[in-house]
Parts: sequence; structure tokens; C-alpha cells
Amino acid sequence: METATYNLKRFRREILRQFLMFGSLLLLFIFFSLSSPNFFTFGNIVSIMLATCVNGMLALGVTFVIITGGIDLSIGTVMTLSAVMSGVFITYWHLPVFLGILGGVGTGMLCGFANGVVISKMKLPPFIATLGMMMVAKGLALVISKAAPIYFTHAPSFSRIAMGSLVGKLFPGFDVPNAVLIFIVSIVLASIILTKTVVGRYDFAIGSNEEAARLSGLNVDKWKTVIYSLCGIFVGMGGVMMASRLNSAQPALGQGYELDAIAAVVIGGTSLSGGEGSTIGTVVGAFIMSTLINGLRILSVPQEWQIVVSGIIVIGAVYLDIIRRQG
Amino acid sequence: MKEPLVLMEGIDKSFPGVRALENCRFELMPGEIHALVGENGAGKSTLMKILTGVFQKDAGHIIYKGKEVRIPNPRAAQELGISIVHQELNLMPHLTVAQNIFIGRETRRKGFSLFLDEEEMNRRAQELLEMFHMRIDPRIKVQELTVAKQQMVEIAKALSFNAEVLIMDEPTATLSEAEVGELFQILRKLREKGMGIIYISHRLEELKEIADRVTVMRDGHYIGTLNIQEVTIDRIISMMVGRNIYETSSKGRIDADAEIVLEVKNLSRGREMKNVGFRLRKGEILGLAGLVGSGRTEVARAIFGADPVDSGEIYVKGQKAHIKSPSDAIRHGIAYLSEDRRRYGLMLGLSVEDNVILPSMKDFLNFNCFINRKKSKEKCEEYVGKLRIKTPTLAQKVKNLSGGNQQKVIVAKWLMKNCDILIFDEPTRGIDVGAKSEIYKLLNELAEEGKSIIMISSELPEILRMSHRILVMCEGRITGEINAQEATEELVMKYATMRNKNE
Ligand SMILES: Nc1ncnc2c1ncn2[C@@H]1O[C@H](COP(=O)(O)OP(=O)(O)OP(=O)(O)O)[C@@H](O)[C@H]1O
Ligand SMILES: [Mg+2]
Repeated sequence: METATYNLKRFRREILRQFLMFGSLLLLFIFFSLSSPNFFTFGNIVSIMLATCVNGMLALGVTFVIITGGIDLSIGTVMTLSAVMSGVFITYWHLPVFLGILGGVGTGMLCGFANGVVISKMKLPPFIATLGMMMVAKGLALVISKAAPIYFTHAPSFSRIAMGSLVGKLFPGFDVPNAVLIFIVSIVLASIILTKTVVGRYDFAIGSNEEAARLSGLNVDKWKTVIYSLCGIFVGMGGVMMASRLNSAQPALGQGYELDAIAAVVIGGTSLSGGEGSTIGTVVGAFIMSTLINGLRILSVPQEWQIVVSGIIVIGAVYLDIIRRQG
Repeated sequence: MKEPLVLMEGIDKSFPGVRALENCRFELMPGEIHALVGENGAGKSTLMKILTGVFQKDAGHIIYKGKEVRIPNPRAAQELGISIVHQELNLMPHLTVAQNIFIGRETRRKGFSLFLDEEEMNRRAQELLEMFHMRIDPRIKVQELTVAKQQMVEIAKALSFNAEVLIMDEPTATLSEAEVGELFQILRKLREKGMGIIYISHRLEELKEIADRVTVMRDGHYIGTLNIQEVTIDRIISMMVGRNIYETSSKGRIDADAEIVLEVKNLSRGREMKNVGFRLRKGEILGLAGLVGSGRTEVARAIFGADPVDSGEIYVKGQKAHIKSPSDAIRHGIAYLSEDRRRYGLMLGLSVEDNVILPSMKDFLNFNCFINRKKSKEKCEEYVGKLRIKTPTLAQKVKNLSGGNQQKVIVAKWLMKNCDILIFDEPTRGIDVGAKSEIYKLLNELAEEGKSIIMISSELPEILRMSHRILVMCEGRITGEINAQEATEELVMKYATMRNKNE
């Protein structure tokens, strides 16, 4: 009987955690809605969602890495490199759009794979390895594009990947861009991978106690490489989405995105020391960030102050998480 | 004669600066329980890690069922049918019991081999745990379990492999007597099925009860293998240490008017502690006995300020003390040596010296900020010598010491701090006979110097031998108080199982 009541207590605590997280987001919504009539409109909600997509993609990817107790600082510039590569495929080489997409996503995966190999085989700390990759990817993006944006003017279908609206076709009036749809599918995918498959299980196992995982017979090096590559796939998708949204690959954009993504993950309750985390948390974290920026902009708070507030929110959210963990 | 299941011959292994094994030998027959004993750092764990693919041997042969084998990694050992319970807990705290048991060989959903079949794993884990009479919910996260329960999960996991060779590196160190009995029954059953079991333990009394043969190691060397019936415990000890061992004299009574240094009143928290109260006198060794999970550690941690309490008062030397954190406790002269050394006791990545001087750093500072290395080195060397800590240098990282020597480092750390009230939670867990008696001697010396000691231990003989007075706990309450003269194992067990029927 003891375990039953115990389970119940644990269950309640878990519910409370989830609730608090959604609650914070809801509170933000209510606050901004009351402050400005321009906030809670269909158009603005869609623009919040759209703003969340790219950061959310990166955050989903890096969630896997952070759960192993690692970190990936290269996601921002690898995203840029992926965008540039799809530009190279489509605009320079005139390949079909779907190959361009594959090329972009593949680039992300390759960079993730390289990170994984450097970390697991060469035993570099993730922080250093991915810091290196961050610079390599940034440099490559500039070299390949000759430091100029690549436009997708030849391939009008490319911009529809993100900005077209399948939903709008089915339900006229509800012009939710495809980017949002792709993001939702990615969330579902990431959740399934994390909670239902071996990859997810080993992800948590490695983060919880790497030595124990090794002694249990897991090929830790292999699984780490898989997880960094997986992160790369999400980053690559983020890159393609970004390029499609801007209808161009901007080689100078991207640095700094990694920190926003990591902030979203952390706000979502994923522990930087590994072993704990969820995709839902990350998604809510990403939404909290973009809702905040959006709302502050509508209230005409200067951009500099928006950054200050975001910083405070990161600290506050993690503090809240620490408190509810103790409770 | 039957063919041995495992034969290890001429095994050498060196680590930087340490010759851990030299020309070592070990033989295991099917259907036997073979004990492996030796002092801390003798090389027992290292030898077993070579057999299970954690370390690679520098030289020698491993012959398994008549054929020479290579064991490059833990997976390879599992595939050969060799499974091990490591000396240190090796679980993933954030995963559930079932997830831990089946890690690396999860049941997959039929049809989709990428997907996990969680219910099936929970069900199988439940079956496994029930088969061994372990009352643990497979869905619970391991970090929510006590150390003893975690140890049982570890054992269940090793048993789930249906291996032919089962290695247990000090499985009983964290278990209570009842649980040990349970484990022995399981081991006997497995032996009947023809499994070969290697059993490492520092509780030599256990060997007579469970083992068929015993192999003794000393300083990385093979000393000999004997049938357990033909050998006395004393003979084993002398093979292990090759020197005489300190014996404690029986305890007298502490003066009834000796100063009361610590008084605890009405300490309570939830179901774990109920109205715990007692007094500790100057120069007294107070034993805290009880089954694992009876709340002894909770009391110790509460006094030390490591966990909050619902209610209760603590008086140090007659003054009410407000202890909210360990640093408050240390300021009041209370030290606590934790039972789970890996989690709370040591900084594994730091050197022996850094670990030992940490709590007493203040005594080694010049101008309040520079560490006086010379002084700290001298002092550390003194304690390393006293406790016979086996380490090549003071700069060795603690994680590279053998399990028992890590435990000694914690003891050294708190002895050096020179607190007046010392709480030792299972101080001799995993420590060899020689070092155990050193620690007993130190405890007695400390008490004679006028320090007061609370000693928690699951080993009854130890509690009986060391304490002036024994408090027995059961389900969070103090159920009995016994003076050293009247104490017997039966009496302690009677109080330890005095459950409150009204609940
Ligand atoms: N990874 C390592 N690096 C360096 N030295 C090591 C390492 N592992 C073990 N040693 C050393 O090898 C020797 C044997 O250690 P081992 O752990 O086998 O002892 P043990 O017999 O199991 O002792 P205990 O009873 O304390 O567990 C010790 O001197 C130890 O310091
Ligand atoms: Mg050992």
C-alpha cells in the first residue's frame, strides 16, 4: 500500500510541474492580452507560432543532446550552413527542390555526426568540440556563399515549404503557414523518439549515469554519435525552414540562435546536468520566449530591453523549477 | 574431476604508478560458490573487472569452458554468460527500476523493433522481483529508493541475465541481516542449478555459511585456494594480512554524571522519524542499531542539518542549537560520515589530499587564503599512515582507489576535522578486517580523548563490540535502549522488529 500512496504523491508532483509550466505561458498570454488589444488576434498568434518554429526546431534537437549531459553550441551556425547548402543545391546547381531540402537536412546531420565522433572517439568535452564546430560552420557558410545571400528566385515552390498554407486551403480563413505544421509534426516525432524508442531510453541512461550505462553493456560512443546526429537533423530542418521563410539563405545570420534554443530547453525544465528532460517542456519553453518577445514588442518596449527581460525570465524560470523540484 | 568453468592464469595488470595484479590465478567450478577475499586494494575488484571486460589484462590467459577467450568489453562478457554486481552501485538514478534492469536489452514491440514495450518490461521486472521476494515497484525511479533497495535492484538485474557465471562484489555491504539471509537462499538455489558464483566480501563470518571454497589475495598476488571446511577464519585472516590484528576490550559503563554533549528531543518527520529523542554523553560511543530503512540514517542526517524536519529540538552542550544546514552543524562541532560515499562523501575527481583537508581547510591556511601545502601534506600523510590507506601518492585521484580505501579517505577527512560529536554511518562498510580494527581502535581512542560518537551499523557484532550503549530503531521510532553489559544479538533483534501493530 505504501507504494500506492507514494506513487500518487509523485504523480501529483509531476502534474504540478507540468501545470506550472503551462501556467506560466498562460499567465503571459493573459497579461499581454489585457495590456494590448493587438495581442490576442489570429494574425498575431500565428506570428508568434511562426516565430517559435525555427528556434523550436533547434531547441528540440539540442534537447536530446542536453539530456545526455552534453551541449551543442554549433546549432546556430550549422543551421545557417544547412540553409546555405540548400541554396547551393537549388540555386547554384539547379537541382530539384526536394534534393535541396535533403541536402540541407543532410548537412545538419553530417555536422552533428562530426560532433558526435569528435566527442565520443576523440574524447573532447562537448563544449569545446561544438564550439569548434560553431566556428567551422560559420566560416564554411561564408566561404561557400561568398558572404552574400543566396536567393531562391528560380524555385518559387521552395518558399511555399514554410510560407504556403495547407491548412488555409482546407479551412479558408485559417491561414496557418506550413512551417507551423512542420513544427508540430516534428514535436510529435521528437516526443515519440524520446519516450518510446531505444534511442530515447539510452539518451536518458547516458545522461543519468554514463559509467553505469557503459558497464551495462551499452555502446555509449555509438549512441552518443547517434544522438548528436539526430540533433543535427532537427537543426538541418530548422535551417531549411529558415531559408524557405526568408526565401533566401543568409550566411551572416545564425550565431546567437544556439543560446536562445538552449534557453528554451532550460526554461522547459530539462536539466543541464543530464538525465532529465522532455520535449513538451522544450516546446513550452520556446513558446514562452517568443511570446515574451512578441508581447513586449507590441507594448513598444525597446528591443534592448526585450533582451534584458528574456534574460531575467531564463533565470526566474530555472529558479522556479529548482523550487518545485524540492517541493 | 570436472572441467573448470572459468580459469584465469598469470594475470598481470598495471595502472599508472600502481601494480594492481601480478601473476594472479583464479579458478571457478560449475555449481560452486567461490569466495574471493583480501585486504582493501588487494586487487579483487580489478581481477573481476578483467573477467567482465571493464579492464583489459596486460598478460595472462582467461579460459572459459575449456576455450581461451578474449573479453574486450562488458557486452562480450554478458554474451559469454558472465554477469556481475559491481562493488559500486551502477544504476541510472533517473530511470525506473524496470528500465534499469533491462537496459541494453529492452523488450521491443512486436513488428516495430525500434519501439519499446514498456508494459512487458514492467511485468517481467515485477515477476523477477517477486521471484526473489523483493518488494519493490518496478515503475519507481531508482533515485527514490534507499541504498539497500538499490542494491537489491542491482542484484535482480544481474540475476536476470540467466548467466552461468555470477560475480558479486560485496553485495551484502549495504544489506541488513534479513536481506542477506534472503540473498543466500537465492545463491544456494542458483548453485544447485550448476551456476558458478564468485563472491567477494569483507564479512568473513559469512563465508563459512555460504562459500564452498575461498581464494585469498594479498597486494595483487595470489596467495592460495582452500576448501572452506578445512580452514578457520583466523587462518584466512592471517593469509590476508600477514600481521596481528587489534582486539577491542569489552566496554564499561559511561559515568552517569558525564556531561551531556548532545540532546535530541521529539525529532519527527512524516513516517520516517517519530518522536526520536536521546542523550549523548561525553566520551560515549552510542550504537544506533536497526534494520535497513528503520530511520537511523534519517536521524543522523536530521541532526547534521542535511534534511529538514517537521519538528524537534537539538541541544548541544545544554544550549539549544539551530541547525539548518551541515555548515551549522559543523560549527556546533558535529561531523557526519555518510553511508553513501559515492553520492555524498567524496569528490571523486579530486586528489586524496584535497578530499581529506576540505572540511578542515581553515587550519591549513596562511594569511587566511593560501593553502600551506607542506603542513597539509604532513598531516594527510599521518592519517594515510594511521588508516593504512593504500594509495601511491597523496595526489592520486580518489576515484582510482579501491572501494575500501575510498571509505577510509572519508574517515580520515572527518577525523582530521576534530569535531566533538562524530556521527559515523556504517563506517566499516566495505572495509577489510585489518582496516576495520584500525578504525575501531581509532574510535576507541577518540572516545577516550573525550569525543562523543554515534555509530550506525547493520553489523550486529560490531555494534555490540563497540558501543557503550545501544539504541534500537524500528519504523522510525526508538524501540529499545540497551546497556553494553546486557546487550545480545537476540535482544537487539527483538527491539529491531518491534513493529507498531496499530498502523
Ligand atoms: N582505474 C584505476 N586507476 C589507478 N589505479 C587503480 C584503478 N583501479 C584500481 N586501482 C588500484 O588497484 C589496486 C587494486 O584495487 P581493487 O579495486 O582491485 O582492490 P579490491 O581488492 O577490490 O579492494 P576493496 O576491498 O577495497 O574493494 C588498488 O591499489 C587501487 O588503488
Ligand atoms: Mg573492490
